[in-house]
Amino acid sequence: MLGKLNWGAIPIDQPIPLIAAGAIGLILAGVLAWITRAGHWPYLWREWITSVDHKRIGVMYVLLGLVMLIRGFVDAIMMRTQQAAAIGGAQGYLPPEHYDQLFSAHGTIMIFFGAMPFIIGLMNFVVPLQLGVRDVAFPTLNSVSFWLTAAGALLVNASLVIGEFARTGWLPYAPLSETGYSPGVGVDYYLWAIQISGVGTLMSGVNLVTTILKLRAPGMSYLRMPMFCWTALGSNMLIVAAFPILTATLAMLTLDRYLGFHFFTNEAGGNPMMFMNLIWAWGHPEVYILVLPAFGIFSETFSTFSSKPLFGYRSMVLATLFIVVVSFTVWLHHFFTMGAGGDVNAAFGIATSVIAVGTGVKVFNWLFTMYGGRVRFATPMLWSIAFMLVFVVGGMTGVLLAVPPADFLLHNSMFLVAHFHNVIVGGVVFGAFAGLTYWFPKAFGFRLDERWGQIAFWLSITGFVIVFGAMYVLGLEGMTRRLQHIDNVEWAPGIYVAGGGMVFMLLGVVAQVTQLVVSIRNRDALRDETGDPWDGRSLEWSTASPPPSFNFAVLPDVHGEEAYWTVKERARKEQSLGDAPQYEAVHMPRNSATGFVTAFFATLTGFALVWHIWWLVAVSLVGAYATFVAFAWRDEGEVEIAADTVAAADRARRTARQAWLDRQEGAA
Amino acid sequence: MSASATDPHHLGHHGGNMKDDDAPGRGEGGPAPQRIVTSYGFWIFLLSDIVMFSGFFAAHAVLAGETAGGPSGRELFEMPRVVQETALLLMSSFTCALGAVATERRSMAWAQGWLLVTGLLGFAFLMLEVAEFTTMIEHGAGPGRSAFLSSFFALVGCHGLHVGVGLLWLGTMMAQLWVKGFRDDILRRLSCFNLFWHALDIVWVGIFTLVYLLGSGL
Repeated sequence: MLGKLNWGAIPIDQPIPLIAAGAIGLILAGVLAWITRAGHWPYLWREWITSVDHKRIGVMYVLLGLVMLIRGFVDAIMMRTQQAAAIGGAQGYLPPEHYDQLFSAHGTIMIFFGAMPFIIGLMNFVVPLQLGVRDVAFPTLNSVSFWLTAAGALLVNASLVIGEFARTGWLPYAPLSETGYSPGVGVDYYLWAIQISGVGTLMSGVNLVTTILKLRAPGMSYLRMPMFCWTALGSNMLIVAAFPILTATLAMLTLDRYLGFHFFTNEAGGNPMMFMNLIWAWGHPEVYILVLPAFGIFSETFSTFSSKPLFGYRSMVLATLFIVVVSFTVWLHHFFTMGAGGDVNAAFGIATSVIAVGTGVKVFNWLFTMYGGRVRFATPMLWSIAFMLVFVVGGMTGVLLAVPPADFLLHNSMFLVAHFHNVIVGGVVFGAFAGLTYWFPKAFGFRLDERWGQIAFWLSITGFVIVFGAMYVLGLEGMTRRLQHIDNVEWAPGIYVAGGGMVFMLLGVVAQVTQLVVSIRNRDALRDETGDPWDGRSLEWSTASPPPSFNFAVLPDVHGEEAYWTVKERARKEQSLGDAPQYEAVHMPRNSATGFVTAFFATLTGFALVWHIWWLVAVSLVGAYATFVAFAWRDEGEVEIAADTVAAADRARRTARQAWLDRQEGAA
Repeated sequence: MSASATDPHHLGHHGGNMKDDDAPGRGEGGPAPQRIVTSYGFWIFLLSDIVMFSGFFAAHAVLAGETAGGPSGRELFEMPRVVQETALLLMSSFTCALGAVATERRSMAWAQGWLLVTGLLGFAFLMLEVAEFTTMIEHGAGPGRSAFLSSFFALVGCHGLHVGVGLLWLGTMMAQLWVKGFRDDILRRLSCFNLFWHALDIVWVGIFTLVYLLGSGL
């Protein structure tokens, strides 16, 4: 009846996961109870859960990303403390089988459910606004994408208390991940969680590529798109081209595990090396899927907070597309030591060094953007400058690792761990935080508290440098990664320093949460009346904060590279906002529960597949199909927003802009 | 605020040399109509689907020789049946296109008729494939026998799964067309289905050539 599932799946003998799951369960139950008592369910259902508005979906993506970043950070704290507590004779508090799950879950959660939703959420929220349109190409599909990602995250977290998670690392290398060596449900949880959320990511990629290529405001030609849209285009093209490889690879591993196929086994002609090649053919482009949008965010912040146009816009576009193409030619550097031979290693080593040129172009462009500008050191700009400093270091150590002989010494060491955290935390996470503080007022209508933002920044960057600086040194001293116990006591100082750095990072996280709480409390003082709190240059700042559901009362008419800056310049020159436009009724897509219901059935399907509950698999698949048919059968896909409503919303915005213009006049 | 104040060293190009009228025409006209957007998006999805197939093709290319002492393609593949399958699928693509023509002419009877024929041909194809798989498994040449057979079953089976899902879609689509008539959204979905069905044909041509023709020579 319940397949492999029985009471033995609950780890009653292990206090740590039980307590953790208990705490999460209590918090979750508390939140749900509070929502029920306050009567927020109808509002949540109507305005968020069934919403197909790209802004709402973007916010939910970012929220999911933030929560999962904290979950992954807790894993990181446990790893650091375990290592610090297990040097020489000491054994620490985590047994090896639990520690292995921890580092696997840490990587999986941080990449797939922390960084990815965060970045996709920002793209979802910002791209249609920057392009001057009212939604993405496929709004309901967008909701399906988000909820499938959430379903994957739910499955990973369910593994904490029902069964176990993979012990194979964040990429389940074969043959370790085959049934012979990983007989439990851990790898199965990984496979289905990633497959389900991967479908969501792929759909999101299709959606955003179509949006950027086919839906742009009049006059928004390719070379007038803001840089963030270009990098989003690059990133989503990579999603469309790379994620299917992941789907195919994990499907093969699934067939091996469930039906006795021999893709990656040691027996019957299977080829484990093929797993390395396939997984990294996805895995390396994935790095750029994450970091390209972050580069876009930095391009926006450097330009805005330097009060200057982005330097070298066209070279930026070229560098982005160069990275998109070359990212598919470097995957083998992830396993130089696995016997490809000198010539092959040399070719991939050179390709890896060459891809750094694209990033180098960008770094110089950002520097020259700041040069001669009037730089404002607001929180997003602090994250951006810190990014530029630490990312150059991460890039250099990357180029060092790209040299195969050096890689033979450094591979699988803490140096490698320090390198990729250096670029992913310093690049993607800093970018995400810069983007969060930058666009937060656009999403919610009030700015984040600047003082707490700066405190969070300084604590995080201090902790970051200490933790990963120590890891670089440990790696050079020969310490390998993923150690549950440290035999060599000479590494103790470095491990303690890294542990000390974690305290700063933890305080940084606390400061970020405090920033959020303080800002929400003081929201009236932090209110953004004009819709343009940073003196921005692209179209998202031309509408109100938060924007109306239809984004723009009238689609903007774009002239020149910096669409909104041009408009503001004209307004300043002519001392007038121009005549009020002719308002027309707007048609917006109707809300739909399709995404939520599909994800519900997808979660059930995934859970049933993990535990071999075959009848539940069948029932859930039929349920998912029925949901789609019900969606396809509806007759009214759109709601009309009357011209009067549109006009009223825009009049309020124009009043605020007029006040801004008057202030400008007074200042001049 | 003049341009020199915002850019005193003339480092950025401020909309620069691009005058409004010499900008590239793309994007000038604003968002594309829904019909274009839907088909375009579906094309992008199909490209991603083909990338997924290419993963399975690549795996088959690597593992085709790994028979682990078991039967090879030459002993297993029955070319007459494969030719029949190919003929059925190519014909179904043709009838699918005829269905699109009937749809253009807004002829409900012909459109439904051709879609039905398409579905029957697809179903016959699928039955032949199932028969082939069953025979092979009965003769001890299942996917667990060797890496070569694993990759064969996965690649051909993945295509078969697509045909199966396509049939389910087709049936749903016919019912929708029947109930809702030639509505705009129904027409968009029909054109997506057409793209999907033809794409499956393209993948099959690859399978026929690379798996069966080359494989039966090994």
